[in-house]
Amino acid sequence: MSFINHASREINCKIVYYGPGLCGKTTNLQYVYQKTAPESKGKMISLATETERTLFFDFLPLALGEVRGFKTRFHLYTVPGQVFYDASRKLILKGVDGVVFVADSQEERMDANIESLENLRDNLAEHGYDLDNMPFVMQYNKQDLPNISPMEELQKYLNPNKVPEFRACAMTGVGVFETLKAIAKLILLDLKRGGQRR
Amino acid sequence: MGAFSALIVTEQVYACCVQVVDHFPRENFMFGVQSTFELYDEEIAQIDEIIAHLLKAAHAKAIFLVDKNGQMITSIGEVSGLDITSLASLTAGNIATTGGLAKLIGEKEFSIQFHEGKNESIHLSIVAGRVILVVIFDTNSSLGLVRLRVKRASNALTQVFEAIATRQEQKGRDGQSPNPFAEITDDDIDNLFN
Repeated sequence: MSFINHASREINCKIVYYGPGLCGKTTNLQYVYQKTAPESKGKMISLATETERTLFFDFLPLALGEVRGFKTRFHLYTVPGQVFYDASRKLILKGVDGVVFVADSQEERMDANIESLENLRDNLAEHGYDLDNMPFVMQYNKQDLPNISPMEELQKYLNPNKVPEFRACAMTGVGVFETLKAIAKLILLDLKRGGQRR
Repeated sequence: MGAFSALIVTEQVYACCVQVVDHFPRENFMFGVQSTFELYDEEIAQIDEIIAHLLKAAHAKAIFLVDKNGQMITSIGEVSGLDITSLASLTAGNIATTGGLAKLIGEKEFSIQFHEGKNESIHLSIVAGRVILVVIFDTNSSLGLVRLRVKRASNALTQVFEAIATRQEQKGRDGQSPNPFAEITDDDIDNLFN
């Protein structure tokens, strides 16, 4: 649920990066943080375990610029990918305006991707959202690794509805900003329509 | 950070109406599950007036009003040295987590939280089921005083947010555009990324 503050002429939107454990959600945010000008970003917060696995969420506030006199701010969140943190994932989806699904392209992670995508759908439904009716972008991460599933297979199982999709290598930044731009654009277009698609 | 201890106070008001299956918290009925949350100048002014009064009455250092989704609505007091965006996000995360804990034990929510530090303390309370009132205070005040003043301010804020909810519902029924972005073009959006 975006928040429009007419007094400060700001619009705030929430983007959640979702996906199985170790797929690269935090790495996406870290790359965005590293490559964004200081005046456009806030502090990145990571609530992580001692072994640097996401415990609750990562958070990165971004200010993109102005649209029609309104400052646009995007709050980027990741969820903890490990299966047993499901209660936390549900909480983070609250009030989400758009979702990026970060898939791990490695063959052996296909089942984990499918399970996580189903989990996303279920958790959104608990908040009253329908994944098929909201801004949603697919990212196939780790494309630089040798043991990846063929693109046709990734598309068939993870993106049958053909939402915007991007090949990525979050470690080097390939596809990271393309993904972010795509989801931000979909959210703003959704706002333009007044969220009527939902 | 490690010096903080937490006291969670359960408000018994909701205990009698706890439902086992409760996927849609109160705020969703108030503002609609998917609606955009809009605040206008006069509404912000009303809110600011209430929290400015609270700041004085509670001898607080700073007060924030945060949306449950983690968006900062307004702030007052000694806020210049604080990262208010992060504060809003973590506050919402904190409230969401304790809300999840509450449901696990059959409570509707924990409507008040208090985190006590060596010098500074934070009092969190949920207002109108929708927003979080954050009061930061030091040894010039006390938990008892803050709780007392917060209760009074919460009643006033609830009235304001109920009026906002009514206005949003009315707007939705009238079929008016709920946002000022109906006229934006693809170029406007593309320019953001240039």
